[in-house]
Amino acid sequence: MRNTNKALQSAPLLRKIGDGFKSGTIPIHVIFIIYAALCILPLTLVIGISFSSEKSVALNGYRIIPVETSLSAYDFVLKEGGAVLRAYLITILVTVCGTISGLLLVSLYAYPISRRDFKYRRFFSLFAFITMLFTSGFLVPWYIIVVRLLHLKNTFPVLFLPYLQNAWFILIMRTFFKTIPDSLIESAKIDGAGEYRIFFKIIVPLSIPGLATIGLFFALLFWNDFFLNMMFTDNEKMFNLQYLMVRVMLNIQYLSQVTTGSQSAEIMKNIPSRTSQMAMCILSIGPIVFAYPFAQRFFIKGLTVGAIKE
Amino acid sequence: MNEDQPVLLKRRYLFPKARKSFVLFTMLIPGLVLFTLLSYLPVPLGFIYAFFDVRINPNLFQQIFAAKWIGFDNFRYLWATPDAWIITRNTILYNVAFIALGTACSVAVAIALNELRQRRMAKVYQGIMFLPYFFSWVVISYLVFAMLSVDLGFVNNSILSRLGIQPVKWYQDKVYWPFILIFVNLWKYLGYNSVIYFAALAGINPEYYEAAKIDGASKWKQIRHITLPLLSPTIIILTLLGIGRIFNTEFGLFFQVPLNNGALFSVTQTLDTYTYRALIQMGEPGMAAAAGLYQAAVGFVVVIVANFIIRKIDRDKSLF
Repeated sequence: MRNTNKALQSAPLLRKIGDGFKSGTIPIHVIFIIYAALCILPLTLVIGISFSSEKSVALNGYRIIPVETSLSAYDFVLKEGGAVLRAYLITILVTVCGTISGLLLVSLYAYPISRRDFKYRRFFSLFAFITMLFTSGFLVPWYIIVVRLLHLKNTFPVLFLPYLQNAWFILIMRTFFKTIPDSLIESAKIDGAGEYRIFFKIIVPLSIPGLATIGLFFALLFWNDFFLNMMFTDNEKMFNLQYLMVRVMLNIQYLSQVTTGSQSAEIMKNIPSRTSQMAMCILSIGPIVFAYPFAQRFFIKGLTVGAIKE
Repeated sequence: MNEDQPVLLKRRYLFPKARKSFVLFTMLIPGLVLFTLLSYLPVPLGFIYAFFDVRINPNLFQQIFAAKWIGFDNFRYLWATPDAWIITRNTILYNVAFIALGTACSVAVAIALNELRQRRMAKVYQGIMFLPYFFSWVVISYLVFAMLSVDLGFVNNSILSRLGIQPVKWYQDKVYWPFILIFVNLWKYLGYNSVIYFAALAGINPEYYEAAKIDGASKWKQIRHITLPLLSPTIIILTLLGIGRIFNTEFGLFFQVPLNNGALFSVTQTLDTYTYRALIQMGEPGMAAAAGLYQAAVGFVVVIVANFIIRKIDRDKSLF
């Protein structure tokens, strides 16, 4: 709803909306505005809760517009909740390390198989793409390999390493690399450049849009992941923000079902309150909401590129 | 001279060419190692855990070599429980609902956006609808909880109470969950999925519509006789790709959004959440491996069949 108000302030848009009235698209606009409100409503609700005082939430329930505004939830999360800050730091570190190593691995794999003069490109393409056929169902052996063979339980790399070999991203990246003309590589070779030099000095700078697309895919994957944490860590110091949120939510649910009266009050003291829980949620999506208008373009590009083979 | 030159050329290029291929090959090594360890090695190991009785041994290799063949016992135990049927039914039915409703809504959204004269408004709507795609399942579970929480939730407190309806115990009553899960999944992916159809619509030649308008075709007739037929290859391909994944579910949606609630398992448990719970919570790697292998085998067949059909329709769109 807020969007239309904003839109009405600009004159050319107003005229365009006038056109819309004539062509009979008002019902479409109404449906889209209602649906768009439905997309934003839960987010505004959580923002509203996070800026409410705990007392007013307990009294009035969850409201979009706080009955009594308060910053105490954020105060608690940022000052008292050392665990939240550590989890935030881990999320950032995992996202940065995972994205960089993922980009390196994917582009280093996609580049040779995009080269027409690479002898075994068919075999190695198939080697990667066949894995898309059996993505699920092997949870047990996958878990055993990571924990028992690679001994990665409760280590930092376990939070991104198992997601790096992504055939889908390799497929998209290969499509990007194929748009680079062969003649460029040929001429660099004549000038005596080695393969790695060609890759890092010519191919990488020319593939920035493709790398940005894959980089954002990876960044979103790692920022939003809780599964690797749930599978491979039991040390609280290793939890990322998403998994911390899972634990907090499940603990509250569990306690509210099991404990009664005074007992629950005793335990509840050590758990973040409802409002600080929602403040955590807002902190975790903050960077995404700011990045997404810019990131969306790349996602759409990756989506349409990935849909076309060869 | 004429005879010498090809030989000379060959000599000069033969060795560097092999070496060049080798340098390119070295770039593949990190990927090859990870694919081998984390994608290929789990396959034989999965068979071992499903068909052998693997006793716990501190040495993984001893553990595997000491495993005892038990045949289909794990599968028999799995199918002796009611779980096997429930997880299969849930997995398939949810996916069918996601594919049917998801496709219908995405196509409708793409067509409606395309009808809007004001491109800028269309962009704004598309942008807002894309937002939920960026939320993690954990965040979505928080959003759903804020809406549906029994004592404080927005729906019970601000909507139902005003309409004079008794508060609903969303998290205890499983009747609501098929609808909630289908809606939440649709909500997360609608903006994302409509992008492809929107892109396909942009590729339709506007002359078709002009010709139809001259012939006096209404908007509905244009959509029915021009837009939908021209979109149908994209619709068919994407539907088949969805059917290829019919045995896969998103763990976060089925585990985290219902908040791991035991009372709801009969409508929220799918193959993926079952395998996880059997492995980690029940400590039954054999059963979990059997359920996983069942999922992988059926999923594999479905993908192959779907891919075969896609190949028949449009060779370029097939995976293989």
